[in-house]
Amino acid sequence: MSDREARENAGRVVVTGLGVVSPNGCGLETYAEALQGGVSGIRHFPLLEELKFGCTVGGIPEGVDEISEAYFPPDELLAMNSSHRFGCIAAVDAWTDAGLERPDRADDHVYWEAGAIIGTGIGGLDTAGEKLVPFVDAGRTRRLGSTMVEQVMGSGVSARVAGLFSLGNQVTANSSACSTGTEAIIEGFQRIRAGLAERMLCGGTEGSSHYNWAGFDAMRVLCRAHNDEPEKASRPMSASAGGFVPGSGAAVLHIESLESAQGRGARIYAEILGGAINCGGHRGGGSMTAPNPEGVQQCIRTAVAAAAIDPEEIDAISGHLTATGADPKEMASWAKGLDRSPETFPVITSTKSMIGHALGAAGALESVACMLMLRDRVVHPSINCEDVHPEIESYSDSIPHAVREMPELNTMIKAGFGFGDVNACVIFRRWAD
Amino acid sequence: MTRDEIFAKVVEIVKPFVKSEDALAAVNDETNILEDLKVNSARLVDIILNFEDEFDIEVEDEDADAVNTVGDAVALIEEKLS
Repeated sequence: MSDREARENAGRVVVTGLGVVSPNGCGLETYAEALQGGVSGIRHFPLLEELKFGCTVGGIPEGVDEISEAYFPPDELLAMNSSHRFGCIAAVDAWTDAGLERPDRADDHVYWEAGAIIGTGIGGLDTAGEKLVPFVDAGRTRRLGSTMVEQVMGSGVSARVAGLFSLGNQVTANSSACSTGTEAIIEGFQRIRAGLAERMLCGGTEGSSHYNWAGFDAMRVLCRAHNDEPEKASRPMSASAGGFVPGSGAAVLHIESLESAQGRGARIYAEILGGAINCGGHRGGGSMTAPNPEGVQQCIRTAVAAAAIDPEEIDAISGHLTATGADPKEMASWAKGLDRSPETFPVITSTKSMIGHALGAAGALESVACMLMLRDRVVHPSINCEDVHPEIESYSDSIPHAVREMPELNTMIKAGFGFGDVNACVIFRRWAD
Repeated sequence: MTRDEIFAKVVEIVKPFVKSEDALAAVNDETNILEDLKVNSARLVDIILNFEDEFDIEVEDEDADAVNTVGDAVALIEEKLS
């Protein structure tokens, strides 16, 4: 490599490993196939009906205990609630997908150059609800055992991941509601770009617990109209959308400096061109629960500027699109932020249409979906919106109801928005060898 | 319950927390739970709770603190059961 090339490559960050635990499939290829086939992972849960939830459907990954038992020793499993299991499986898969060996527990080598930012929106409420609160209230605090703190602390999953891979760089958990997963990737990207780390495991995890979902049900923001047909319940961009479907799961991306990736001959999925994180300040229509459109648009524009690309270069959008009344507003913000009209609007899809809204894990699950779309040069369908919402009817041609082949698909933009009026937006470009 | 039966149950309870399979294979009264079996010290709390459930006994904190080896655990349980 010439000095000039080395200079040009400095600060470039790429994605080299992916791991995913999703309601419609665990493992990369299962997930890719489910997404392209429009397979919903949303199911009905009798417990939610018993407990008188308005919404009795949700997304919970299947087969996780079997994978956990194959991946983790019994003493670690005793301290791993659903959020830990999802996050750690995704991290192991991302690490091995990146071509790396799981270090032996007896080996004292520490990877000082590698870290983790794996966030969560809510965290270990299953542990709190099933054990912590009932035991403590019954005067049985002593009977909690040693594993309570690590399962309810916000950084529990990233901490466990550090032990799995002997990580010695920054190990932390971000939390910014439903933008958590996207934010984690941007934070990791910025850390590597700044030269503070070579490799980072970034993503989000959210446990499957009715305690996580209850507050949203009480707010009446969950879908109540499709309890008898779960796979039709998550309806982003649809005229008949009636709230989001709660989900759970995890995804982790192994990201690293281009220099590190090329140095070890790693397979590269995509380059992270740039990203932006901001908050709408709860002004201009924004609030704890609603985004300030100006904040959203500024976040999109700043991400494009950070990526040093023309907005016209964006081929496809992975929206936040949850199936609430916010979808048409989000569409308008994309059009303004990217300076596109309905006629020139890029393809737009919602992964949540198939997996529901996995809160703090959503942005990571959807970013892995972006990687697979870029790899395979297809955009997965956005299901359940044959009846496109009247306010966005002019964008109908941009919404794929079946998998859309895009041989020229190179650049995708992904955003996540969350309670607190927070936004995160990231731009990925397919890696051309 | 015989001493051998208690010993076998203690080993069974400690087993999921053990990080040294070799030491477990050669387990005896002198085997140190933390040093030889490489059990994470925080998990001793869980092992003691499992002793309580398995043998239907109560173990005070001071008694628990005195358990270092597998033999210590067996002796403590024998005493509680007598």
